[in-house]
Amino acid sequence: MADAGRHPDIKLHTMSEVVSVKGYVGNFEVKLVKRARYVLEKECTACGECAKVCPVVFPDEFNVGLSSRKAVYIPFPQAVPSSYLINMDECMGRGCSKCLDSCDKKCINFHASDEEITVKVGSIVVATGLEPYDPRPMDEYGYTRFENVVTSLEFERIVNAGGPTKGSLIRPKDRKRPKSVGFIQCVGSRSKRKGGEYCSNICCMNTIKGTLVLKEHYPDIEIKVFYIDIRAFGKGFEDLYNRSRSLGVQYLRGLPGSVEELPDGTMRVAVENIATGRIEFHDLEMLVLAIGMKPSSGTQKLQEMLGLQLTPDGFYLEAHPKLQPVDAATRGIFYAGCAEGPKDIKESVTQGSAAAARAIRLMHKGTISSEPITSEVIADHCKSCGICAEVCPYNAITVDVKKKTPAIVNTAACAGCGTCAAECKFGAIVMNHFTDEQIVSQINTLLAEKAQDKILTFACNWCSYAGADYAGVSRLQYPANVRIIRTMCSGRVDEKFIWHAFEKGAPVVLVSGCHIGDCHYIDANRWTEKRVEKIRRKMEKRGIRPERLQLEWISAAEGIRFAKVMEKMEELRRSVSAEEIAETLKILKEKSLKEKQGG
Amino acid sequence: MTEISIATKMSDTRQTARIGVYVCRCGLNIAKTVDCKKVAEDISGTDDVIVSKDITYACSEPGQMEIQEDILEHGLDRVVVASCSPRLHEPTFRRMMLKAGLNPYLLEMANLREQCSWVHIHEPEAATQKAEDLVKMSVARVRLLSPLTEQVLPMIKKTLVIGAGVAGIQAALDLADNGYEVFLVEKNPSVGGTMAQLDKTFPTMDCSI
Repeated sequence: MADAGRHPDIKLHTMSEVVSVKGYVGNFEVKLVKRARYVLEKECTACGECAKVCPVVFPDEFNVGLSSRKAVYIPFPQAVPSSYLINMDECMGRGCSKCLDSCDKKCINFHASDEEITVKVGSIVVATGLEPYDPRPMDEYGYTRFENVVTSLEFERIVNAGGPTKGSLIRPKDRKRPKSVGFIQCVGSRSKRKGGEYCSNICCMNTIKGTLVLKEHYPDIEIKVFYIDIRAFGKGFEDLYNRSRSLGVQYLRGLPGSVEELPDGTMRVAVENIATGRIEFHDLEMLVLAIGMKPSSGTQKLQEMLGLQLTPDGFYLEAHPKLQPVDAATRGIFYAGCAEGPKDIKESVTQGSAAAARAIRLMHKGTISSEPITSEVIADHCKSCGICAEVCPYNAITVDVKKKTPAIVNTAACAGCGTCAAECKFGAIVMNHFTDEQIVSQINTLLAEKAQDKILTFACNWCSYAGADYAGVSRLQYPANVRIIRTMCSGRVDEKFIWHAFEKGAPVVLVSGCHIGDCHYIDANRWTEKRVEKIRRKMEKRGIRPERLQLEWISAAEGIRFAKVMEKMEELRRSVSAEEIAETLKILKEKSLKEKQGG
Repeated sequence: MTEISIATKMSDTRQTARIGVYVCRCGLNIAKTVDCKKVAEDISGTDDVIVSKDITYACSEPGQMEIQEDILEHGLDRVVVASCSPRLHEPTFRRMMLKAGLNPYLLEMANLREQCSWVHIHEPEAATQKAEDLVKMSVARVRLLSPLTEQVLPMIKKTLVIGAGVAGIQAALDLADNGYEVFLVEKNPSVGGTMAQLDKTFPTMDCSI
């Protein structure tokens, strides 16, 4: 920790949060807001005189409320930076000013204000960590009703030599040392009802560690652990588990059904012991809930800012679960620690190093080659209508609508979603590598034979196509008549592709992309949504069943959903008769004839 | 049939393409369900397809060598690799194209593993039919691909690390020790994250700070 604070190449910004991210790999521009500390970070010597005189007392967050601190405080003795701060919401301000007078170095400044900082970087490591599960909804264990039921984090602080009790085990209700302690596993983990369905990975070993700490200090203490499975899978873990058992810790398979408090503060735990099949009652003087972990609260905000994807659990989704475990699908962004999924300290450190190595691998050359999948304007066809500039999520296109000069694409800023090409009515934009011609050739080929049997699916590279891959990796079975055409973004799917497909006899067409808010190209898929709605209205007007065009959002983690959507599409396809397709062809032919005569 | 207005660059005057098609068996991952040999044979008659064959592991060193040799021997200018997801191996085969002296963007992949063999395990005929369709679509597309050149952009050799828990600190230190400037951002008043609250961590039972 201290190393990170004094390293000459690390600029540390505490009390700071990312508020906006612009740019792309190699050239991100990130805005941070640094909240005011009201104590000069560099001047403060952490002497603590200010806190001594501060009259305001609040619960101490670091000790999860088990002790108190002042309104001017240092989070914990070894904090980095080693500086006090004032919580202005708690401080009595100018009227009090006692801390101001007590500080010899004059480091306290009530007038400090939040600061906005802009940094330019080539890569980003997301290490936003975890949040402990809040056990209050899981009230069958009595956390909100009984003082002697504590969370594993509270227990951690109680037995910590630096904690509020200086490491001596006491139970909260009567400050007595309990003679027996029970641990309940999987609180907020592996549950379909409350918390996460996933295993939080650390709670078994954390409990085992807790039992060893207790046995070391109090060899006579009685300890019972209620569990579903003990997952001691890591290096050296099984040893610790065996040690804990050999010290007399009892491991009972079965999670308690209810907890009651007896008059003397003892907790009575009712549990079905899976080994005996009987309901048992265990009286324990203190209970520890092994709480699981959740993604940190800012995860979703950051995900939207950086255009990242999440798994259904809410943790960040890596580019590939085995081969690119620390890369985000967005180039130049890497994950480390619990942001990507629950993990222990060793794994977090390993992943931190891995993320650093991946970032170095990307940066060391000093240049980066960008994919040439960008759009290009054909100046002769451009009517300077400005629609391309309007739809571009990156402001990469400039058009002077008044002067009628053709649009210009800034290829460095263009990310290649292709929305401009799809929206251009004059065929004036070529989306390189995903040109109209190339995509139409795929449509023609797939509908050349037995068109009525095929399900034409447009899938965006980052979410839906990846979702299809995920269905594949998971061996999920779905109808074999699905044919996917990949585009970088669903925003690329031009209206004319859809009409062309129906003219070629497609029974159904599916456009699929990232969920709204998850689009890899900021919000390009909003244009997909609008466009599909517009086409469906036109279909209805022309007497073509609008349901034959479907729009679905499928994320990279939703393999199951992908397979389900395909089943649904097959059901829909079966509802489209040969007569209906023939009728559609007739309608579209007449329309095109009319247009030709009119033109 | 309506004539669709297709955006086409004037400079796109293509000569006849010379296409190589490689149907990867991926060991048995694809070949167990899809009749790879049949797919390769059925494609071989398609216009512009000069070579069409099945191959055990296209991504392996010998697999790539075989394709590269064909490119030189038959003067191929475009390649279709029908194997796994392009999300996995497109970079691999693009590098192979470069080595063989071709523009890496004249490559197209058909996804037979994730989209045929693994998801239609019990329907080998339908999976083979689909594989053929996907390869035909790829051939149609590869014929129309244009060579593209990557742009070289400057890279700022600095990193932003968001979160100063144990993972963020480790990443920041490794980067900084390698000479890269790091901005380490933490929303709390101190670095350390959850780890700082723990004493005696498993499996070594020592202090974490």
